[in-house]
Order: sequence, then structure tokens, then C-alpha cells
Amino acid sequence: MIGRRILTASLACAATFSVAFASGTVAPDKVEIVDGALELSLTGTPGDPVEGRKTFANRKLGNCLACHAISDQKEQLFHGEVGPELDGVADRWSEAELRAIVVNSKELFSEETVMPGFYSLDVGVNVRKDLIGKTILTAQQVEDIVAYLTTIKE
Amino acid sequence: MKKFGKVGAVLVTLGALSAVALAGGPVDQQLVIDGEIEMITRTEAPDGHPLDEVISGWHYRTGETRALEADTFENPGMLFVEQGEAAWNKIEGTEGKSCASCHGDASESMAGIGAQYPKWDADSGKPINVELQINKCRTENMGAEPLPFDKGGQKELTAYIKHQSLGTPVSIDLDAGDMQSWWKKGEEVYYTRTGQLNLSCASCHEQNNGNYIRADHLSQGNINGFPTYRLKQGALVSVHNRFRGCIRDTRAEFPAAFSDELMALEVYVTWRGSGLSVETPGVRQ
Repeated sequence: MIGRRILTASLACAATFSVAFASGTVAPDKVEIVDGALELSLTGTPGDPVEGRKTFANRKLGNCLACHAISDQKEQLFHGEVGPELDGVADRWSEAELRAIVVNSKELFSEETVMPGFYSLDVGVNVRKDLIGKTILTAQQVEDIVAYLTTIKE
Repeated sequence: MKKFGKVGAVLVTLGALSAVALAGGPVDQQLVIDGEIEMITRTEAPDGHPLDEVISGWHYRTGETRALEADTFENPGMLFVEQGEAAWNKIEGTEGKSCASCHGDASESMAGIGAQYPKWDADSGKPINVELQINKCRTENMGAEPLPFDKGGQKELTAYIKHQSLGTPVSIDLDAGDMQSWWKKGEEVYYTRTGQLNLSCASCHEQNNGNYIRADHLSQGNINGFPTYRLKQGALVSVHNRFRGCIRDTRAEFPAAFSDELMALEVYVTWRGSGLSVETPGVRQ
């Protein structure tokens, strides 16, 4: 009986897991930023810079423009100034560093950093109930944004 | 250490670039309402304040929005203040009284009063704001039902009462009762990061006031203009409505209006704007 109960429970867990995170995807609580970098892709599927460019601007997704200005997206009217400008960002950071920054910049900079962790469960208190345990972006959306950012050179 | 050196250098360089590319910061102008009332919209911060200067949100708005507030005929919030005046004179409840029955002419009895709220309420052992003071009067003296949050003319009457302090510097008494501990609790709320976006009030209004967040020019978040007319909503907006809206935008569950948490925050944030003129009804984006 006990064995069966454990089996049922673990199957249920596996089911939940596969719904939340596609197979081959690193779950947000398993991501390990080492020396300010994340060498391995979160998904194993190469990021799409064209998609990343859209996700970067989309107010409901990355909304990166809310805080960062970037000349590559001049067609967008409003660029924020809360964070640094991103022109030439790929000259200053490697792909692995960019990935780590998007995932959870607090691990690189400081706890005081305003930038949210886009693939992190290191979040604030009283998270909206339907968002508990969920990340701002999916792993693939992070990869897309990283692929886009690596094209931003001076 | 190498990494942090690099980060620091990048931030310094880009900070300089931003200043050139975007015109942030508070505008240098004086607010004079109807060419008569000289408003204090910038003043030295009170002791213990994290910023050197306290600045009204008026300085962070566009020229058009600032002009609307400088002229009471143009100010869309004044329509609601007039509705508040009607509410002041309206008889309600079993005692057959209006606000005016006891308080008479609000321009005399309420002059400067709104600038002192929230204040200590010994009866409830908590701070009380104008909205709750109105409800206390209604239930204790008028025999009327308390007004529900943001309804039944609550915003309008609150705006009318605070408008009687137009130009008076915000000054709350933190020595009364247990106000200190509510201030302390409010400070804690102010610096607590909430929601999936992991932001506190300070993330935007202390660390980044003067910066643009997309099309929004971040102010210090002072509340001396509340209830304020917000062009975005085309309506008068109460302080607790705005608190809840800000917290909601961090993708968090938000506290109830007039909850202890938000009352503490109102005490603390009001204090942060000490010395600024009451602008009610302010006009904002």
C-alpha cells in the first residue's frame, strides 16, 4: 500500500513537472549561476533572436524596454532609464553572463538591484496566487532574449 | 571582485549616457494656483528622511498636466470637489444632520485640517485618515451608515475636506499616541519587496524617482495631492486605491483598503511628504 501511494504521488509530481517545464528544460529552482554566469542553455534549443527581440519589447512578457533603452528598437516610442542602456551589451557581457543576468541579476549584482529575475523563484512576498511557483518568462523566452542580446554589438 | 568592478564601470558609463539621451528629473518651475496661491512643491526633507529634498509629483508631469492643476477652472478634479461640497451639506442618517450641521462653513472649520491627517485616534487605538474620520462622524453623530471604500461620495467628500487645506504644508503629529510604531510599521511596508516582479515602493520612488519607466516618469510617490485626478483613469483616485494599484502592479496580492498595513503605509508616506503643500485635488498622468 505504502509503495503504491508513493508511486502514485511521484507520478503526480512528474505530471505536474512536465506541465510546468517542458522536458529537457532546467527548472528555475535547479538553475545554478556559477561565477556570475550560466554556461548551459536552459532548454537545449537554440534561442531565436527575432522572437527575443519581440519578447524584449512586449509589455506583457519581458517588457525590458520599461527600464532599458536600446537603439536597435528605435521604432518603439518609449524606452526607460531605470537600468543601463543596452547598446553594445554583447561587447560587455558574454552569452553565459547575459543568460545569468536575465535569469536572476540579483545573484550577480546585489540584492538591492531593481531588476526582477525573469526565470527565478527568488521573488517578493504575497505573490499573486495564480503566479505562485511561476516565472515571469519561460526558459525558451529567456533563451530567445539572450540570443537577441548577443546580437547587440557596437 | 573582477565581475563587480566591471559592473560598476558599466553602470557609471551608461548612467552618463542616459542623462544625455533622456530628459528625466523634476522640472524646474513654481506652482502658483490661479496666480494667487504659491504652493510649496519642493522643500527640505524632515530629519531621518532618506532623501535630501522632498518634491511633489507635480514636477514630474508634463507641461499640459501641470497647467491643468495650476488653474482651478481647468482642473478636472474640481468638479468632484464641488460634488463633495454637496455631500458636505446633505442631511443623512437618523439624527437629521449633515456635516455642515455641526461643522458649519468648511472653508473655516476645515481650513488646514486635512494637512494633519492621518492623526492618532485614541478611541480605536489606531491612526485615522480623513475617509475613516468621515465614517466615524457618520456612525457616531449622524446615525448614518459608514461609506464603503471609494463609494457613496467618499472620494469627493474627502477631496472637498482636503481642498480646504490647499497650500497648507503637510504636517502630521508622530508624537501622539502610538503613531511612532505605526510609522515604523509603514516604513517596513515601504521597503518590503512584493510580488513576482519583486519590487518595493522604494525600488521606484526612492531609488529611481526622476527616471522614466517606459512612458512613466517616476516621482517620489508623495501623496499631498490625494485624492488626485488621474487623467489615465479620468477619475478622482484615492490614496488607498493608488497604494493597491501599485502593489498589484508588482504582481502581488494586495491588502484591503484601510487595513492596518495600508494605514501604516499612509502614515509613513504622508510623513515622507512633510512640508509639501496640500494640492488636493492634484492632477496627475
